[in-house]
Amino acid sequence: MAFYEWTPLETASKIRNKEIGVRELLEATLAHAVKVDNEIGAFLRFENEYALKKADEVQAKIDRGEQVGTLAGVPFGLKDNICSKGMETCCASKILGGFYPPYDATVMKKLDEADVIMIGKTNMDEFAMGSTTETSYYKATKNPWGLDCVPGGSSGGSAAAVASREVPFSIGSDTGGSIRQPASYCGVTGLKPTYGAVSRFGLIAYGSSLDQIGPIATTARDCAEIFEMICGYDEMDSTSMPMEIKVLDQIDDGVKGLKIGIPRSYFGEGLDPQVRDAVLKAAEVFEKSGAEVEEFDLSMLDYAVPAYYIIASAEASSNLSRFDGVKYGFRSESAEGLRDIYLKTRTEGFGSEVKKRIMLGAFALSSGYYDAYYNKALQVKALIKKAFDDAFAKYDMILGPVAPTTAPKLGESLKDPLAMYLSDIYTVSANLAGLPGLALPCGFSREKMPIGMQLLAKAFDEGKLLRAGVLYQRETAFHEKMPAVIGEVGEE
Amino acid sequence: MKDYEMVIGLEVHTELSTKTKIFCSCTTEFGGEPNTHCCPICTGMPGVLPKLNKKVVEYGIAVGLATNCSITPYGKFDRKNYFYPDLPKAYQISQLYLPICRDGFIEIEGKDFKKKIGIHEIHMEEDAGKLIHDPIFDTTRADYNRCGVPLLEIVSEPDFRSADEVIAYLETLKAILQYLGVSDCKMQEGSLRADVNLSVRPKGQTEFGTRTEMKNLNSFRSIARAIAAEKKRQIEVLESGEKVVQETRRWDDDAGYSYAMRSKEDAQDYRYFPEPDLAPVEISEEWKAEIRATLPMLPKERRNKYIEEFGLSDYDAGLITGIKALADYFDDVNAIVNDPKEVANWLLGSFMRVAKEGEDDSFRILLDPDKLAKIIAMIKTNKINRNTGKDVFFAVWKDNLDPEVYVEEHDLAMVGDDDLVKDTVAKILAENPKTVEQYKGGKTKVLGFLVGQCMKELKGKADPGTINAMLRESLK
Amino acid sequence: MIITDEIIEYVSSLARLDLNAEEKIKIKGEIEKIIDYMDILNTLDTADVEPMSHVLPAVNVFREDEVVPSYPRDEILKNAPDSDEGAFRVPKTVE
Repeated sequence: MAFYEWTPLETASKIRNKEIGVRELLEATLAHAVKVDNEIGAFLRFENEYALKKADEVQAKIDRGEQVGTLAGVPFGLKDNICSKGMETCCASKILGGFYPPYDATVMKKLDEADVIMIGKTNMDEFAMGSTTETSYYKATKNPWGLDCVPGGSSGGSAAAVASREVPFSIGSDTGGSIRQPASYCGVTGLKPTYGAVSRFGLIAYGSSLDQIGPIATTARDCAEIFEMICGYDEMDSTSMPMEIKVLDQIDDGVKGLKIGIPRSYFGEGLDPQVRDAVLKAAEVFEKSGAEVEEFDLSMLDYAVPAYYIIASAEASSNLSRFDGVKYGFRSESAEGLRDIYLKTRTEGFGSEVKKRIMLGAFALSSGYYDAYYNKALQVKALIKKAFDDAFAKYDMILGPVAPTTAPKLGESLKDPLAMYLSDIYTVSANLAGLPGLALPCGFSREKMPIGMQLLAKAFDEGKLLRAGVLYQRETAFHEKMPAVIGEVGEE
Repeated sequence: MKDYEMVIGLEVHTELSTKTKIFCSCTTEFGGEPNTHCCPICTGMPGVLPKLNKKVVEYGIAVGLATNCSITPYGKFDRKNYFYPDLPKAYQISQLYLPICRDGFIEIEGKDFKKKIGIHEIHMEEDAGKLIHDPIFDTTRADYNRCGVPLLEIVSEPDFRSADEVIAYLETLKAILQYLGVSDCKMQEGSLRADVNLSVRPKGQTEFGTRTEMKNLNSFRSIARAIAAEKKRQIEVLESGEKVVQETRRWDDDAGYSYAMRSKEDAQDYRYFPEPDLAPVEISEEWKAEIRATLPMLPKERRNKYIEEFGLSDYDAGLITGIKALADYFDDVNAIVNDPKEVANWLLGSFMRVAKEGEDDSFRILLDPDKLAKIIAMIKTNKINRNTGKDVFFAVWKDNLDPEVYVEEHDLAMVGDDDLVKDTVAKILAENPKTVEQYKGGKTKVLGFLVGQCMKELKGKADPGTINAMLRESLK
Repeated sequence: MIITDEIIEYVSSLARLDLNAEEKIKIKGEIEKIIDYMDILNTLDTADVEPMSHVLPAVNVFREDEVVPSYPRDEILKNAPDSDEGAFRVPKTVE
């Protein structure tokens, strides 16, 4: 087994047992990642200097016999919208190019303190706006399972980096499905935590009321480990919940006695039959393992996408106003006068998808339309939350697909933006209602593209999702499959 | 020309005297080199989040209770979106939909009015930064030290009908804020700012005219001037058959006129929406009661106390309690000399004059209370006479000198030697036989001249009353 | 609803975006399509529904009023495209 096939937990244990040195592993990882990434384009930047220095520090700690984190020495990739002190962080945008934050995001800080090693920033849709990672100003990322397909988005770089085994795990963010959908397209495991479970401090905001940071790895067990490392109250984030969240203590409890609901509306028109079949097969695995599975009616599905896009775009229009060429990032060279600096900087600095959402959001908040759009969307959000509250009064979890299809071909999705938005139908509700969601690989299409399923639970019930994930991955092997590109690159 | 009446509403911004900013832990200290009281939060860097200063809410509740408002049990913050270089996030965190206080009032009075001014609402928000214009390079520099300093915006109802009412309201409000200790209310440092919404209408008309908003008013004097000028301007506009345009105007106090601000291309559409980064604020009855219990005595209460306990006139009590620092000073001096009327006379006379010196609205006390108490004590014990007391006061005020030492050094104490006084009286009588004759002839008015001569001989260091009595005795 | 050219002009001005003619047409078409789709929300009766801005039950998340040293000025200014005399520099602002 090559080092890059080790899961984060396996890697950490080999480091602890001194089977491999931290620096040795890191140098091998960087060499492998750079090679594979020539094909995939998952990373925007590698931070070799920082990572090697950190590796030596971690090794020294281990050698001194000091207490280190459970994933000490494990390399990971960080999505480019999460701040890392002194290292460029630009949300894959032109307008924030060359921004070196003087602070770490809380998640980055926690991982750093846990002796985990960030090796670079992963590609994404510009400001996390997109479902394909194609709106990145810098480059498109390819799906390791089909190089002519998208990796999904917006955390496409983070998912592709793990799928291609460039890194054992990565950190992404999820505003409307941006962890779960690329995890699904790339055949890896991704957790979108409950809103408020993980600090958003240092996450460059897209939709502030929807954004959450979460892990992407090959297994649910690893996601659980990472989640426990990054979750918890942060005094820098007023929307992080002051409560202790534990998932590892129940991780091997299985699903016996749990009730899993399958919404009938999730399996209607528009769902690829191959996806449908794979998800329903997964339901059988849970049933065989002692869960009670039944279909039920979950209302409000059709309203989730419009409500989501109104709220996310409105918040984005405000969040992205600070990019004005005054304090950081890009300033248009040709601008004369203050108003011109704003106009030219923003017009030249933002990509077209971002501009469209800023426009949409500004419209939804503007005088005369606020009530009809923004306020209405907040009301619908309340109804969606209630529909889930009702469902979770009966069920421990809800099972469904992550996306209606497997990964589309590069260049296809942006042609029909509305269709692209509609493909978020299964994921956006969890963000509106603030719920945790876990995406797991559950099959492959005829074209050998990964299929993912999604488990949802009530707020702060990540423990149940992860133990169901661990159970499922004990019973199946989809998560162990690796795309051919890794071997091909390795042989060169 | 028709008879017009003004309708005025005020938006008062007061910077709160918390130690830290409203959403980050940077100091609120005034001044400092540009951008040295800053962090990623108050300079709007990407990814950072605001964290609410509890003290700001407590101050908000206190001001609401002191101005008879109802306190909003479940409040939120909203974002007000606009682009300007003094606002690094390009939105100001403020409160639109659920402000912390609503529906209060303040009682004001003046020479010819006594009324209640309604408080429409009070909301919490953050201050913007400072822009420094560089005329040489024709550029502007942005300093974010003031960015994020907490503000309360106190919005009145359009209840004012004259500039006097406006000033009386501002003085009353300022006193309340200072009594509460929530703001130092220094207009020249911008910690108290008032925007004036003004319209005119023909007397008798019930509906309001079109109003303008006047900004950049840096003193009570400029507020009064701006109101007079804007009233005149609007009446002239109406009389010439034109319409008043609803707009924001900037007052130029040096020039004595105002001009319209902001170009028309900027639509005023702030796209307010609930701030997702801050949790709502819930204010329970218990919390309210807790803060109510800690409220200090407010101006009105203290005034009544001064009337009832100290026997001061309503007018004098009002003047002294209208300025917290003055009332505190009163208490300190009176605690030593225990003669409220005497202390009041001092404070409302020479003292008030020198304390208010200066072109702004500031009030400065340079002399320690125990030192004024010493002056009063010296007068009461006949160590110095009243006139000397006043001279000493003016002499020691500026440098906070010890009046006893001053009297000593300048040899101002009254002559304690009765024989010397007697001898002097005898001497003056001997030197002025004509005057003595006049007096004896019934022209008693000349006694004053003789007293003056004695005082002059004694270099003012005697009690004129004593000399007066001695002269009368000798001339019998 | 119909998204007029005026709405596009107005909104792009609010958002400080200076779209070229081609972009305007494209964005207008796309926004119109999306807004059209969003009008599905109007089929829901929400008259009695309280708008939900915050999904978490958290209230009163406060910080104590204690000063923490500010950042070194260099850190605040180092990302600025233009700065001068310790401040961010922009072209003259007009009142």
